[in-house]
Amino acid sequence: MMNNTKPTWRDNLKALGYLLPMLIIVGMFSLYPIIKSLAMSFYTDYNFFTNQVNAIGFDNFKTLWQDANFHLAVWNTIVFVVGVVPVEIILSLAIASLLNQINRLAGLFRTLYFMPFVTSVVAISMVWRWIYNKDAGLLNYLLGFVGVHPIDWLNDPHYAMPALIILAIWKGLGFNILLFLVALNNVDQRLYDAAMLDGANSWQRFWHVTLPMISPMTFLVTVNAVIGSFKVFDEIFALFGGQPGPGHSTLTVVYYLYQMFYEQNKYGLAAASGVVLFLMILVVTLFQLWWSKKHVHY
Amino acid sequence: MQSKKILVYILLVLGALTMLLPFFWMVSTAFKTGFEALQTPPTWLPKHFQWGNWVRAWQAAPFATYLINSVVVSLATTLGQLVTSILAAFAFAKLNFSGKKVLFTILLATMMVPGEMLIIPNFVTLSELHLVNTYGALIVPWLASFFAVFTLRQSFASVPDQLYYAARLDGASDWQFLWRILVPNAKSTITAIGLLQIIGSWNSFMWPLIVTNTEKMRTLPVGLQAFSSDSGVQYPELMAASTFVILPMVVMYLLLNKYVVAGISNTGIKG
Repeated sequence: MMNNTKPTWRDNLKALGYLLPMLIIVGMFSLYPIIKSLAMSFYTDYNFFTNQVNAIGFDNFKTLWQDANFHLAVWNTIVFVVGVVPVEIILSLAIASLLNQINRLAGLFRTLYFMPFVTSVVAISMVWRWIYNKDAGLLNYLLGFVGVHPIDWLNDPHYAMPALIILAIWKGLGFNILLFLVALNNVDQRLYDAAMLDGANSWQRFWHVTLPMISPMTFLVTVNAVIGSFKVFDEIFALFGGQPGPGHSTLTVVYYLYQMFYEQNKYGLAAASGVVLFLMILVVTLFQLWWSKKHVHY
Repeated sequence: MQSKKILVYILLVLGALTMLLPFFWMVSTAFKTGFEALQTPPTWLPKHFQWGNWVRAWQAAPFATYLINSVVVSLATTLGQLVTSILAAFAFAKLNFSGKKVLFTILLATMMVPGEMLIIPNFVTLSELHLVNTYGALIVPWLASFFAVFTLRQSFASVPDQLYYAARLDGASDWQFLWRILVPNAKSTITAIGLLQIIGSWNSFMWPLIVTNTEKMRTLPVGLQAFSSDSGVQYPELMAASTFVILPMVVMYLLLNKYVVAGISNTGIKG
């Protein structure tokens, strides 16, 4: 086989020709900035206009460690992830299971459920801003039927985070439903037949056949959802009109990064918060990987 | 058994209504007068359809400019990304070169890093190149994506190597084999990657927000956000403007939905 021979300089040159356009862009805008932002997180005295680094050290991380706003951002991000991911997974699996049981109109339903995924976060957040309106909003009107008093969703610090979480779940469902549908379709029908013969009811079949069989997909969906939720920004910016919620109640790590970078021009501090975000995602993903080794059936 | 089926349908319809309600409310509000929109209890359908809202919203901000920018940026990034990915995926799938595994692993690892972390150095790079607030800043960083390379490589690799060697023996060059055999064979994967990139680019917000600072360079989402904070904007106009941003992607999705669905089902990762 040709692939086992040692490549000649001619082979290398040819491959380089094919790779070069991608390598230039990825090198400049993905590889270099990873190293650069790690370095920048240690810049404690940096002049952007002259691109001069006057001092380096751990001060940015010390500042983050002591900044109450950053603590709040980390806390809010965790609350958001915990608020969104489990509900989103359970709901999307439930809907996918329902969709999997029908033949007629299944395609239409799938198309409708998926629609929020293709819509602009900013534009649909404008719509939700209007739905969440305290006096004339649709949600308070509907909640009125079950006796709930009007809630000031976007201006009451207690309700801003729930409002954000509801929007995020609504937006993310369709994508996860689609992935669960793929997994459900791949479960061997004979396993269900065997379980039926053994007298398993539908709940037992779901718990002991479906769930173990789709666990690799559940794992993938969860990792995706967790990573995506850690990076929430657009929704917040659009929902609260360029503010991180009333009383910073929806200030997240990426929003903090944006504030430090864009509003306050503290590049080193912003880079450091990005590094912390990366480490948080890395730790949680590694933990999920470790956990999945014990619980995911391949 | 039959009653259980009916329950399934009822639940699915309720779910579908929940998903559609915000879209319905957006369009319904866009047709109301400012006064009617604020009425309690709200009206489900406008009493008199205010077609003028759409014209007023369109003219209240330079939405035509935003639309052109969004179209140019989405198409340019998608085309560029497809070309760079097709070439690189071919090298990884069929060519033999030194350091192939190492390079592939390094590039795969970069996908782990949150893109938000890269914004700061990328902004500095583009400032040094004097590209901030130009199409260059909106397009160039997105002309390649390793995610697309990775997905395409899978597709290219599924074409047997024997076919490659046979084509080479028949005198076909690599270039011909790539564009005449591999690319047509991976048409559905390429379409899916392209569609996901168009959607992603059209809807992206943080990057265009940061690298544009004048009205004439804004894309639709950034323009909409700015419009929403103008004083005196009423909800019917804001809803009409939101529809401008949402509608093109929804129409494209409804027309090509089987490719989008197949693409996500096959790759399983957001574009």
